[in-house]
Parts: sequence; structure tokens; C-alpha cells
Amino acid sequence: MKIADTFRLAWSSLASQPGRSALIALAMSIGVGAVVVLTALGEGAKGYVLDQFAGLGTHLVIVLPGRAETTGSTPGVLSGQSTRDLTLEDAEAVRHLRGVVRVAPLNIGVAQINRGSLSREVVVLGSNADLLDIRHMKLSQGRFLPVGPMDRATPVCVLGEQVRAELFGASGGLNDWVRLGDRRFRVVGILGGQGQQMGFNTDESVVVPVAAAQQLFNTASLFRILVEAEGRAAVEPVKAALTATLKTRHENKEDVTVLTQDAILATFDKILTALTLAVAGIAGISLGVAGILIMNVMLVSVTQRRHEIGLLKALGAPSATVRHLFLAEAALMATMGAIGGLLLGQLASAGLRGLYPDLPAAAPVWAMLAAVGTAVGAGLLFAWLPARRAARMEAAQALARR
Amino acid sequence: MIKLTGIARDFQVGDQTVHALADIDLMIPSGQFGAIMGPSGSGKSTLLNLLGLLDQPTRGRYELDGGDVTALSELETARVRRDKIGFVFQFFHLVPRLSAAANVALPMMLAGVPVRERNERVAALMADVGVSGRADHRPAPLSGGQLQRVAIARAMSMRPALILADEPTGNLDRATGREIMDLLEKLNAAGTTLLVITHDAEIGARAERRIVMEDGRVVADDKP
Repeated sequence: MKIADTFRLAWSSLASQPGRSALIALAMSIGVGAVVVLTALGEGAKGYVLDQFAGLGTHLVIVLPGRAETTGSTPGVLSGQSTRDLTLEDAEAVRHLRGVVRVAPLNIGVAQINRGSLSREVVVLGSNADLLDIRHMKLSQGRFLPVGPMDRATPVCVLGEQVRAELFGASGGLNDWVRLGDRRFRVVGILGGQGQQMGFNTDESVVVPVAAAQQLFNTASLFRILVEAEGRAAVEPVKAALTATLKTRHENKEDVTVLTQDAILATFDKILTALTLAVAGIAGISLGVAGILIMNVMLVSVTQRRHEIGLLKALGAPSATVRHLFLAEAALMATMGAIGGLLLGQLASAGLRGLYPDLPAAAPVWAMLAAVGTAVGAGLLFAWLPARRAARMEAAQALARR
Repeated sequence: MIKLTGIARDFQVGDQTVHALADIDLMIPSGQFGAIMGPSGSGKSTLLNLLGLLDQPTRGRYELDGGDVTALSELETARVRRDKIGFVFQFFHLVPRLSAAANVALPMMLAGVPVRERNERVAALMADVGVSGRADHRPAPLSGGQLQRVAIARAMSMRPALILADEPTGNLDRATGREIMDLLEKLNAAGTTLLVITHDAEIGARAERRIVMEDGRVVADDKP
């Protein structure tokens, strides 16, 4: 029997019971749809997290003082065993490396900020003009830190929006003076509202030149050096050059940790992919349930169609053909269900994107293929038993009128 | 030609063995019109099932057209059924969801005959049995006579050498039954061997040969 005829005959059987076939296809659709929506959610979450990281700066290389040892997972600075500090001279040396576009030294501390009688505690970021671009910060008013040598402690500052509002009220603040610790700074710029980024809120921080921050906190060391490479391809060479330069500068000891954005992203990507797979697996269970439904309905159908099976055998259909007919029915139903499920899933994903525009919820192609494959596979697997029962039916008994 | 030698068929019912057929020797030459008669439970249907290769004998040898068909594989058996044997049933056994034409085409579909040739042959077959106008109808609205004509067209579609008819008029009124028997005799006249199971003495009288069965044995045969 030709394949086209097998499917034609199987289709006529499904079409003769449209309600029942549609319900089974619907069960399959829900299973496939669940896989599509849940993987879309997983991928959306991944996209969201990766976007957040990308917001920290692309092609970013971060230098931390201290070395992550193979025996421990934290750099020395976190476990209190720091070796040599990072200095402004280190940052200056790094600036001239090939492939480096921007370098921003970074110092972080907490200080009291005063304006008249108003005062509060703020996070102080000591850096230079490059920080604005490296961290994709936005200014709402004024300028950012002046361009110039890193060791010049110009008494200017850039306020986070919330700090400005608390000190100056509804408007004002630009070109006014504030006191940070025991020093006076002129406000040259206001940061635009940006919210949470890399663990702290820029709205509640104040940016000053790095040298000023060092004087404020009475330190000569740096918390981080942020380096932007000129492109994705330059990230690895820059990382190598950085490590080599700092090693030379630090008496031939590799006592800094150099992180790349890519490495961090790759880790997150792995974790979130594992999560997506787990969720897809759970959704896949519903495909199994739909498969059992197919088996159940087909077992009933085999009993009901006893005469037809006997007739086919009398007309010269070998067992294999009878089996193929029933498997074709299952495959058709599962395929219809899978197509319906894809539509359902895409619709739901689009709905999610509409509700949460930040979440790029779209099912990956592999998940859709896997869902369809699993649906058809489950359909065929669970149809095997009824199909075999039909194929093994004795022709004479099947035809007998009882 | 059909040749049965020492054919027996036992059924296991509970712990009892029922001898549905016992020691049947029968020879039916090609082109003969035979009627198999006898009371219910005499083994007529079992014999017809064996002849149609729908069932296997417990013992004995069955030769069809000179070849032993008792030892064939499942696939080969199906092929012999498809190519050499046409069935006509008391209850027609048409597939209700298929049109009359599709029902007639079913054996050719199973045999993998190309669609174009299939359609031509279906049209010719339906014209032969006089139901051309009903090609696109589902079986449900057709009369018993029309249903049996469609079933006969289906039985003839692979041009079999043997037609096995199990009470072909059992579900029809007398006049329609006569028309159906006329049709079957016409096929027989064209050279097809025809074996009819019947209770009907009138059909028995029309046949060339009457084989009477009782308790699984042939008790009378007017042309042994």
C-alpha cells in the first residue's frame, strides 16, 4: 500500500470522528503549547538577565586586586588576604595597551553628604570621565567629570537623581556646592534616573574624580579598574596584555584577577539554559499524558472497528498494513496537535511579550522542534500497542457478526 | 482449482475441543458454481473461512491453483487473498465513512494500484454491476441491493479467480436476491469460480453443484 494512500485512509477515519479527533489533537496542542510557552519564558528570563549584564558595558574587562586561587573561589580581597594594591599608576599603564579604548579606575566608599542643614549617607564612586561611557550611565543635566589626568582631585561631583532631590528639592542643585566628608564639591552634573545596576543604585550615589575619592577615603588603592576593549575580538588579547602588564608592574607576581564580561555571561547563560531545559522537561510530561490519551482512545477505536479491520485483512491487507494505518492515524493526530500547539504557544508568547515588554519571551527553534518531535514520537509510541492489537486480530473472528 | 485433502479445524472452547471441520476432502474445478448448504453450526462458515485463507486448518492440505497455501507466511497469505480471492458477505461490510467508489477501490489501494488506473477500473466495475450513479454516495443511504452490488464490484476489483459468497442474499428481499444471484452467475459465466454458502433452496437449485454439510462433514455432494 502506498504511503499517500495509507495517510488518505487514516485521514478519512479521523475525519469521520471530527469531535473526538479534535479533542485529542487539543490535548496534544496543550502539551506542545506548554513546552513552547515555558521555554519561551525561560529564554525570556535568560534574555532579560543577559540584557541587564550587557547594560554594564560591552567588551568590558574588569581588573580586581588579589588573585583567585585554585583552592578557593574568592579573590584575596574578599577573604582579607590582599597582596599588592591596584593603583592609579596601574590604571594609567593599562590605558596605553593596544586594543584598549577606555579605562575607568573605580573606588567605592560611603560618605556623609551635606548641603546646609540637610545631610544623608551616600555611596561615593571615585572614577574618571570614561566611566560614563563604560557603564552606559546617562546624564540628565550638566556635564560629567572633567577629562584630565587621573591624579587631579578637581573638587566637582555628579549627583544621582535621588540624592539631588533629597538635598535640593524639586529642582536646582546644578552648579551648587555640597560637602562630602570634610571637602566641598561643586555639582557639575546630575545623573538620569537609571535604577539598579550591578548591585547598587546609581540614583543614590555621587560620582567624584578618583583622586578626590582617594583623598576622601585616605587610600592610594583602587577597588576596580574597568577596561573597555575596542571590540569583542579584542577582549581576549586585551585580557592577556593586561595580565602581563600588571604582572610586570607587580614584581612579576600575578596578583590581580581579570574578569571578562563574556565569562560572566557564559556562566549565567549555562545556568539559565539548564533552567529552561528543566522547565521544558516538566512541560514535556503533559505530552506523555496526551500520548496516553491517544492510546486509550485508539484501544476503544480498535474494538469498535473490528469489522473494518477484518475486512481489510480479507481484502488482502497484511498485518503490517493494518498496523501502519493505525500508526498513521496517531501520527496525523499528533501532528495536528503539534501544529495547534505551536500556534497556541506562539500566541501565548506574544501575549507575554505584550504584558511584559522587558521580557523577550520567544521560544527557541530547538524547543519548538523538540516539542513537535516529542508529540509525534509520543503519539506513535502510545499508538503502538493499539496498532499491534489491530494488526494481530484474527480476520475470521473480526468479521464474524457477534 | 481448489483441492482440500484431510482438512480439519478444531476449536478450543474452555477445556473442550470442538471439531468444527473433520476430515474434509473436496475438489472444486475452476469455473464451477458450487453451493455449500447445511444447517447452522454445520461448519459451512468455517470451511469458507479456510477456503478464503482467513483461517488456518488444524490439519490437512489446501491447494489453490496447484500450490499449497497452508504453509504460506502471513504476508504471502495476504497477497493470495488480495490477488486470487474475492469476498461477498451477508452484511456487505462496506466501510461506512468511504464513498461507494472508494469502497470498490479499497483492494486496489491495498495493492498499490496507481490512482489513475484505479479510477478507471472503479468506473468500469461500478458500471458492470449497475451502480454507476451511486459512486460518490456513502453506503448509508443506499439500499441493500445497491450495497451488495458495490460489494460485488469490490470483490471483482482485483479480477480474482475465486469468489466466496457467504449468504450473499441473506439480508435482501427475494426479488433483489435474485438480481444479485443473476449478477454473480454472470461473473461465474465469465470464468470465475463461485462458491456460495446458502440456506436458500432456490439458490441451491440454481447452482451446478450442491455440497451439503452436517457436523463438520460433507454428507452429500452431487458432483464429487
